[in-house]
Amino acid sequence: MNDMTHKGLDLATQTAKISASGVQVHYGTNHALKDVDVTILDRTVTAFIGPSGCGKSTFLRCLNRMNDTVASCRVSGQILLEGEDIYDRRVDPVQLRAKVGMVFQKPNPFPKSIYDNVAYGPKIHGMTRNKAELDAIVEASLRKAALWNEVKDRLDATGTGLSGGQQQRLCIARAIATSPEVLLMDEPCSALDPIATAQVEELIDELRHQYSVVIVTHSMQQAARVSQKTAFFHLGNLVEFGETGAIFTNPKDTRTEAYITGRIG
Amino acid sequence: MTDISAAGAMPATQPKNSLFVQDDLTRRRNAAEARFKWYGIVAIVLSLSVLAIMLFTIFRDGTSAFRQASVAFPITLEADILDPNGARDPADLAKVTTIGYGNLIGQQFANFLTAEGITVEGISDKDISGMISRDAPGRLRDMVLADPSLIGQTIDFNAYATGRIDGYMKGRVTLETAELDSNVSLEQLQLADQLIARNILTSGFNSGFLTNPDASDQRPESAGLGVAIIGSLYMMMLVLIFTLPVGVAASIYLEEFAPKNRLTDLIEVNISNLAAVPSIVFGILGLAIFINFAGLPQSSSLVGALVISLMTLPTIIIATRAAIRAVPPSIRDAALGVGASKMQTVFHHVLPLAMPGILTGTILGLASALGETAPLLLIGMVAFVTNYPAGPFDGGVMDPATALPVQVYSWASRSDPAFIERSSGAIIVLLAFLVIMNVAAILLRRRFERRW
Amino acid sequence: MSVFLLLVVIAVLSVAGFVLCRQRALKSVDGNIRRLHSLPGYYGWFGFILASIPALLALALWLIIQPLVIERQLSSFFPAEMIEDPSARTLLFADVRRVAAGLDTAVAQGAMSEDQAERVRTEFGSVRDRLAAVGVALGAEVTPAVLAAAQEYREMARVGVIGRSILTLILSVAGLVFAIRATGPDFRARNRVEQVVLALLILSSTIAILTTVGIVLSMLSESLRFFTMYPAADFFFNLTWSPNFRGNSELGLIPLLWGTLYISLISMLVSVPIGLFAAIYLAEYASNRVRSVVKPLIEVIAGIPTVVFGLFALVTVGPLLRDYFAQPFGLGNSGSSVMTAGIVIGILNIPFISSLADDIINAVPQSMRDGSLGLGATKSETIKKVVLPAALPGIMGAVLMAASRAIGETMIVTMGAGAAARLDLNPFEAMTTITVKIVSQLTGDTEFNSPETLVAFALGMSLFVITLGLNILALWIVRKYREQYE
Repeated sequence: MNDMTHKGLDLATQTAKISASGVQVHYGTNHALKDVDVTILDRTVTAFIGPSGCGKSTFLRCLNRMNDTVASCRVSGQILLEGEDIYDRRVDPVQLRAKVGMVFQKPNPFPKSIYDNVAYGPKIHGMTRNKAELDAIVEASLRKAALWNEVKDRLDATGTGLSGGQQQRLCIARAIATSPEVLLMDEPCSALDPIATAQVEELIDELRHQYSVVIVTHSMQQAARVSQKTAFFHLGNLVEFGETGAIFTNPKDTRTEAYITGRIG
Repeated sequence: MTDISAAGAMPATQPKNSLFVQDDLTRRRNAAEARFKWYGIVAIVLSLSVLAIMLFTIFRDGTSAFRQASVAFPITLEADILDPNGARDPADLAKVTTIGYGNLIGQQFANFLTAEGITVEGISDKDISGMISRDAPGRLRDMVLADPSLIGQTIDFNAYATGRIDGYMKGRVTLETAELDSNVSLEQLQLADQLIARNILTSGFNSGFLTNPDASDQRPESAGLGVAIIGSLYMMMLVLIFTLPVGVAASIYLEEFAPKNRLTDLIEVNISNLAAVPSIVFGILGLAIFINFAGLPQSSSLVGALVISLMTLPTIIIATRAAIRAVPPSIRDAALGVGASKMQTVFHHVLPLAMPGILTGTILGLASALGETAPLLLIGMVAFVTNYPAGPFDGGVMDPATALPVQVYSWASRSDPAFIERSSGAIIVLLAFLVIMNVAAILLRRRFERRW
Repeated sequence: MSVFLLLVVIAVLSVAGFVLCRQRALKSVDGNIRRLHSLPGYYGWFGFILASIPALLALALWLIIQPLVIERQLSSFFPAEMIEDPSARTLLFADVRRVAAGLDTAVAQGAMSEDQAERVRTEFGSVRDRLAAVGVALGAEVTPAVLAAAQEYREMARVGVIGRSILTLILSVAGLVFAIRATGPDFRARNRVEQVVLALLILSSTIAILTTVGIVLSMLSESLRFFTMYPAADFFFNLTWSPNFRGNSELGLIPLLWGTLYISLISMLVSVPIGLFAAIYLAEYASNRVRSVVKPLIEVIAGIPTVVFGLFALVTVGPLLRDYFAQPFGLGNSGSSVMTAGIVIGILNIPFISSLADDIINAVPQSMRDGSLGLGATKSETIKKVVLPAALPGIMGAVLMAASRAIGETMIVTMGAGAAARLDLNPFEAMTTITVKIVSQLTGDTEFNSPETLVAFALGMSLFVITLGLNILALWIVRKYREQYE
């Protein structure tokens, strides 16, 4: 996985899933994100790296309009999902979020059973007609999240009783149960131990075959391991964006170089 | 490890719906969202409008209690009626009862009307004298007994009009209601109209409402809050004296010294449970322990204060403990670090810093204690008390008294509608006290608010 | 020496103790404070404490014990059958005390000499009249036994006063002397004083326990007395409540309990949805500005005394319901009704439910909401399916506490529910509750020792048990719920 030449993947053949241009974000008077242009490809893992407070999480939350829940937040610029502006007046964030799922920094399973956690999304989006279909989605999602074998005998047990790594994989299963096209992950491994981290990283690599994955991470090693494209943010600016291998071996910007060699951050 | 083939079990990828088109389900979900939000708005509007209606009705009914109709006319205090022996001997004077004075007032009032040329066809002398409050003879008698030299003179006398005449001036009594009312006649109302026109019957600020003691069913016009205000004041003073030291001491012990043991747990459980015991139960406690067992006088503000103190103590302890807990441990460490004893640390540093919070909590506790009614009914404070209690240092706290909220209740349970007006008026006075206390608490909090 | 005078003397001795001990401490080190173990003030306080506290404790004990001893001694004046019945005994000794107090007043006013008061006999004329002349009104003529007992009472009380004064003064002076002799540079005055202060703190905090014990004991003893006059099974299971002042009352709890629960149910139907929706709106939808205005306004409702709500029920809500609902639909003609009281109690409880629910909803971590919103749930779906289920135990606790408040509420039901005990389903009928009957049975003019009055204590006991049970359950649920997030 540390191999940076990506087997069986030709970035050039992938179509653009999300293209953002000129995105600006303000929190009250704080200018949190300045004029960001990024294109996110289909079936690719894109990593956002940068020091704390650089705006990478803010940008991630713009992509499924989770920033709407913050009253003081204003977003301008254009973010197109398959050519449609997600900040268009006609767009319902509820529908958007079904297409652009999200996994959070801290595992946050609902205090319900494992089954209900995964079934929650399909239920609210009315994706199934009967229990059998729902069962099928739950099983498929748990399998894809590599959790099925560990929990298949206790689907009725509460989700909060799982270990940290299992909880995070449950949250991933929950997110993919709504069949999203894009999966946003906000530092999904920062609350996990190394073994659980390895499992989740392996999972992300698998998910790439079906989804476009965007991951925010603090760990440069993680970005190098799992992503094909990397964006480096610093003080609200997108400093550099390109293929992961190029960013880590041959950064163009001095700030990027300083960050990946550990001089700023 | 991931079983990609299982993806076959997934329904085929969703049809590519445009984000710009809301599907039916989303529209239904958004409608449900809007409905849900409206439930919240309706709930808030409903509760606030009930509050507004309640306050509105109280002020509509109650403000008129602060105005009172009275009749002004000259009275000649005829010596041969009031002092037949002519000796001005107090014992002799005291033999003339209020009935004698009542007759004198009625007769003089009738004479005065005749002299002024005011008359209404078919009105009886009884109707004429019946326009003046039954409280007037007593007041006139007290004036004469206090100053016998008045006898034989003609004085300007200002008497309350009866509740019905007062109600007529306030619009509560009309010609229609008077026809059905045996306590007032149409002639009296016609006479009242003439008296109003001649400025003999006037309505003015009713200071007696704040100072007079309670009055019987027949004379709502002279019923006042004097005894109730004194009683409430005595009780609040005593409650403050009882609860503040004990509450602070208990809180200091529980927050700073109490070891983790069964006794502490027991105290904690008791405090939280006492805070939720119905207030009437404290009334039963007061009746059984303070009156029947300890033999303290019934209806006294002392017993009322004891009962209310026990009730308020848990609230005050909870507030005080929160204030003490808000003092950061670094302060304690600093004091202990320079060699102060634990006790010195608490009394020299923690307590002064927590004091504003403690006082705020105490004032709010007192404010809720001021409105407490039910336990006071059981210890006899609902009694009809017409004598002012003695001064606080002359054992006044042992004298029978009543309290503001109890007065509200006892007036509300009388039949004459004039008492509903008084009852609402008493609530206005009560609310005024509550507002003052709450504002004081808020100012105190603002003034001393500290962010650690 | 009167108690007041005694207190003054003790106070003087205590202040003297403070001054003397402090001076002696200073003198013992020639003014060099550094050689003292504690600050000089602590020596002073030690003297103050020793001169006052033992004496005050002895005085308090004496005041409690003396009447008991005297009563026991005076029992010999009366035939045994008069003493045995506890209620007759209470009345008898009340008479004795009143006559004795009357004689004291007579002596004080000069209407009798001390000698006369000791030797006056009923045989030579009415004692009642002689006492009435000095303004002491007695209900009935004084019997020879009562008079003799009263005279003995005065004699014993006089001896008691002397004994009391001597004992307390000796204790006070002894404490003072001991404190002065103990004072010296090595004496650890601060530690001693702090021990005493700590004891006072502990004593203060046990008041909560004492209050509970007082509540339980006072209600239990009177309830037991009630059950000796009226069978417990009848009280708990009889379906009729009709007290009769000539005896033969039927005092069944069931109709009162029914009224109480019915009214509480209606109040919960009003307060739970309104309070909950208001809390949800404030916690999840309202902007900060709306919240900062509306939340205090709703809490104003909680600060209004219940008697105000009572008047509102009596004057506004009751007639409104009667004129626009009950009468047009032929459901009743009463302004006071289950509906009136229930609705008004419900309004009273709205802020209680909403502020508790607000706290509980805010305690649900934001990450739960994010998880749900991130999946594309709407806000209301998030609230209904994630936030409320997570907060459910806490909300249940709040609802139980509100129910307990509704059950124990007194003024609103006294003024708005009516006084007729009946088992009925029509919510527009007047019904009555446990609390209403406690008030009416204890504020009436009936004799205290009759079952009609004592039943109030049994009612109070039932009320206490019900509300306490609900509260303990609620606290337990809430505590369990808190552990979930800690």
